[in-house]
Amino acid sequence: MRQRSLIAITAALAAGALTLTACGSRDDDGGSDGGNGGGGGTTVVIGVDAPLTGDLSALGLGIKNSVDLAAKTANKDNYVDGIKFETEALDDQGQPSVGQQNATKLVANDDVLGVVGPLNSSVGESMQKVFDTAKLVEVSPANTNPALTQGVDWQNKKVRPYKSYFRTATTDAIQGPFAAQYVYNDSKKRKVFVIDDKKTYGAGLAATFTEEFKKLGGQVVGTEHINPDTKDFNAVATKVKNSGADVVYYGGEYPQAGPLSKQIKAAGAKIPVVGGDGIYSADFIKLAGASGTGDLATSVGAPVEELPSAKEFVANYEAAGYKEAYEAYGGYSYDSAWAIIEAVKAVVEANDGKLPDDARAKVVDAMQNVSFDGVTGKVSFDEFGDATNKQLTVYAVENGAWKSVKSGTYTG
Amino acid sequence: MNELPQQLVNGLLLGSMYGLIAIGYTMVYGIVQLINFAHGEIFMTGAFGALTVYLYVLPDGTSMLLALPLMLLGAVVVSVTVAVGAERFAYRPLRGAPRLAPLITAIGLSLALQQAVWAWYPDAKSARTFPQIDGGPFHIGDVTLQTGDVFLLIAAPVSMAILAYFVMRTRTGRGMQATAQDPDTAKLMGVNTDRIIVVAFALGAVFAAVGAVAYGLKYGQIEFKMGFILGLKAFTAAVLGGIGNIYGAMIGGVVLGIAETLATAYIADIPGLDQFGSQSWADVWAFILLILVLLFRPQGLLGERVADRA
Repeated sequence: MRQRSLIAITAALAAGALTLTACGSRDDDGGSDGGNGGGGGTTVVIGVDAPLTGDLSALGLGIKNSVDLAAKTANKDNYVDGIKFETEALDDQGQPSVGQQNATKLVANDDVLGVVGPLNSSVGESMQKVFDTAKLVEVSPANTNPALTQGVDWQNKKVRPYKSYFRTATTDAIQGPFAAQYVYNDSKKRKVFVIDDKKTYGAGLAATFTEEFKKLGGQVVGTEHINPDTKDFNAVATKVKNSGADVVYYGGEYPQAGPLSKQIKAAGAKIPVVGGDGIYSADFIKLAGASGTGDLATSVGAPVEELPSAKEFVANYEAAGYKEAYEAYGGYSYDSAWAIIEAVKAVVEANDGKLPDDARAKVVDAMQNVSFDGVTGKVSFDEFGDATNKQLTVYAVENGAWKSVKSGTYTG
Repeated sequence: MNELPQQLVNGLLLGSMYGLIAIGYTMVYGIVQLINFAHGEIFMTGAFGALTVYLYVLPDGTSMLLALPLMLLGAVVVSVTVAVGAERFAYRPLRGAPRLAPLITAIGLSLALQQAVWAWYPDAKSARTFPQIDGGPFHIGDVTLQTGDVFLLIAAPVSMAILAYFVMRTRTGRGMQATAQDPDTAKLMGVNTDRIIVVAFALGAVFAAVGAVAYGLKYGQIEFKMGFILGLKAFTAAVLGGIGNIYGAMIGGVVLGIAETLATAYIADIPGLDQFGSQSWADVWAFILLILVLLFRPQGLLGERVADRA
């Protein structure tokens, strides 16, 4: 018996040691490459942080693959002379605490010169300071909470909290009102029941929607905050039905929005559920089932499939043979990664084709002036780090798929 | 239109789900004083067992009425296998160990089972849709019921009645009661306590499997982490009803479910409490109820006062 457990422990230790050595040797390789600084083939790592597991992984894997595609495209075209791009994707499980650990990990890897991600605004909040202290540029393809770039008091006085944070996604300050205008003017709905999940993204979106909807003359007949840990929203659904609302606005993400929509309709309220980019996923349709037809979502930018600039991206994505779809943020993730590549290129070219020692800080500065024609249109950033492209699109569920209904920009 | 009957039914349904899972916590605790935190995952694997039968065993387009008994069987087989395996390989070697050792093992097992399903079940990285029974909804007065709800409303009391008969009338059932009262004396009286413990784990798993199929039918989707929060709630229900008492588990579940639902529906209407009324506060109210019950009845609603086994 003693003998056996000894063998077991030894085996476990051996396995553990092997894994550790494997990790170690890779890190060492990376480090020495970085040290060479400009020798034939410097490696620059683009970090990715997104939920790669869990119920938001459909969106997260789309982000990871799209960044990977951007890095591969840059390598193939030898876009930045002497620089080879690699990606390092970390899983934040949609949780702020994990996101922060990942941020620390990415900062510790000297080869990382830029990070794409995260998906969730709440995770973004927890990562910003870590990256800013390390002067490491972060470009989010999906964070839409206005406070991330314009400060917590953004409604009164805009102050940019972190210089190293950028995003290619449009903010909820635009997305919520845009949805309100569509619901009021185009769908002709007057009585809304507003639900959110109390997260940074969902609550923020619901608030900006509510404000605009009231301003237009609509009536809020009820509000509710759901608990994102559960799948039982029947009590809420019954309240919605008895409130006499003719539309539901949900600030939150598809893992809850799908069942919520389904249960609201099952309770007998045959009214559309409207949400933001967080519910614009094929998984929403799967979870909401057949009764989800007619539900609406707004998402940032124009539909990727219809943009001429995106044709190449879609074709390349398919050719690369990724297992998962690029989902709502694929185009934005590609553009985010490409913005980092452009910034690195600018830094390298300004330094005689070599990476300078303070490459991270230089990349942050260069990012502010990046401008190129990306998958989703013109990519550049304003003084807060927000995308200058403020296009949005309304999508509706039709025959089991999202169909774009109306594109436009919100203008006050 | 009066909302109360519908909300009570919503709570009853949610509570029956808690109750079905709580049975497993309470039986295992009653016999070996182990809080089997992996029970939520036994429930979850049962749901995937049922889905496996539907997707990979039955031919496409099998009618749900025909498929349902087989899916139930699949769920039971998987849940019981996992539960008995857990007992044999994770808990039995620790039978004599201090209480904390099996508790930590249970938490580890819970994570391991979640990750195993996540990693190896096809497309289980996000939620998978679960087949639905066609038909419905049914309207009875002010109350609307879905087909999945009907299954739960029938399955919960029927399986409860079968369990009561089993524990009270059969030889094995009486052996379980004896082992719960005093394992050493029961052993001396010729009760095979090892076997009884396995039976307790297996029975708890059967209930979890029934609950898992009901969950799939009711919510139309299952995922690898669905057992965790639901398991915690069910454990709470078991404590509320009096841990160790099988009727208490069911009653505790129903009370908890109704409390959560009514808190969501009505607290906001009380003047001054409107910001504490949403569903995100329902858990807070449910746990306030738990604390109140435990303050006045530390043994739970139906529990018996037992001398603390030191």
